Amino acid sequence: MSQHRIRFALNDAPIDVTVPAERLLLDLLREDLGKTGTKDGCSVGVCGLCAVQVDGAPMSACLLLATQVDGTKVRTIEGLISPLQDAFIDEGGFQCGICTSGQLVTADALLRAKPDATEAEINDWQMGNLCRCTGYYGIARAIGKARDAR
Amino acid sequence: MRPFDYVEPETLEESLEILAADPDDTVVMAGGTSLVILMKQDLVRPARVLGLRRLGELREIATADEGLGLGAMATHGALARSRPVRGHAAALAATFAAVATVRIREQATLGGNLAHADPAQDPPVTLLALDGVAVARSRFSERRIPLEALFADLFETSLEPGELLLRVEIPPLPAGARATYKKFLPGTLDDYATVSVAAVVATDPAGACVHARIALGGAGPVPLRAHEAERSLMGRRFDDAAIREAAMLAAAATDPIEDLRGSADYKRAMAAIWTERALREVA
Repeated sequence: MSQHRIRFALNDAPIDVTVPAERLLLDLLREDLGKTGTKDGCSVGVCGLCAVQVDGAPMSACLLLATQVDGTKVRTIEGLISPLQDAFIDEGGFQCGICTSGQLVTADALLRAKPDATEAEINDWQMGNLCRCTGYYGIARAIGKARDAR
Repeated sequence: MRPFDYVEPETLEESLEILAADPDDTVVMAGGTSLVILMKQDLVRPARVLGLRRLGELREIATADEGLGLGAMATHGALARSRPVRGHAAALAATFAAVATVRIREQATLGGNLAHADPAQDPPVTLLALDGVAVARSRFSERRIPLEALFADLFETSLEPGELLLRVEIPPLPAGARATYKKFLPGTLDDYATVSVAAVVATDPAGACVHARIALGGAGPVPLRAHEAERSLMGRRFDDAAIREAAMLAAAATDPIEDLRGSADYKRAMAAIWTERALREVA
């Protein structure tokens, strides 16, 4: 019921909006701010389609109230420029594409946190991003390639 | 999601006042990973949500008196990476790293995990085996609650209305103690444990057991300690007979709930096997 003025950086641009307490970050991004690259999948934090970075850490936008990102830096697929994108194309890191933005947002957070991520770390981080086309080998290869390109 | 009022105080004192004023209609939110789902599914319908994210003092992770103090607002990710946590027991850091996925670990907190009291969760098991004590404060008093007394029933704690979990304290380990956490995941790696076991033991120079803690998750309505199994090991060497007897006693202490991860009988059988594996690792 209560309304909250929140300010945060979205892909380095300042955002200043007022939201009801129950507004989810996912809905704020997609419906109010037009950032539809963040997808709505399982809605219970399992599938990874709605992965965004909050202060660099990957989180599920479907599990965050918009008020929880007040004062933070949020990055979505729209703000991501990385060798990962070319590597995903080169290695066939996607098929239908629905999981791709979440895969990229998580992989980018991984390579920022651990530029020398091992194969085990890649698998551990991407484990929470489900690909129902089962394109996991291409995804893992692409992330390894982007890591090596740095 | 139903509408609610949200408050996000800057201080602990203010938080405790808000909670004391209307404990029945106020739900505390730490990371929010469980609460947001429960509200979306209309299983929890609070008039007011009290967000703790501005209470930086509750994020602290520190060594204290050769033990550990883990702030209730520390995230699983921060705890898994923490040097003091790894220094105290690598098994504790590994336990936090075994929870769900990286996204959950970065958002979900220790205090939220404990207050949610899900019996299949990982951290309570290892924290029980490390003799963790929760520290809770209300507007009027502060008290220490051994973790075994914190978990009252399925999704129920012994926290009183108006009480807020501040931190978990872990005492120093006995000299030479060894610890492990085993999580049985027959399905996917991001799943809840079918059963899980934490074991902490220490032996004297002759190899006789002088300290034994065995705790189990997913094995009943609450995370539990297997006291009889622990007692059976004291003074004995970790030979096959001692380990098997302790594993049988640990399984007997369980009261598993049948669900998609297996029948009660299956989980009890797995509790014995994974207790045996845990003990062989630390023996």
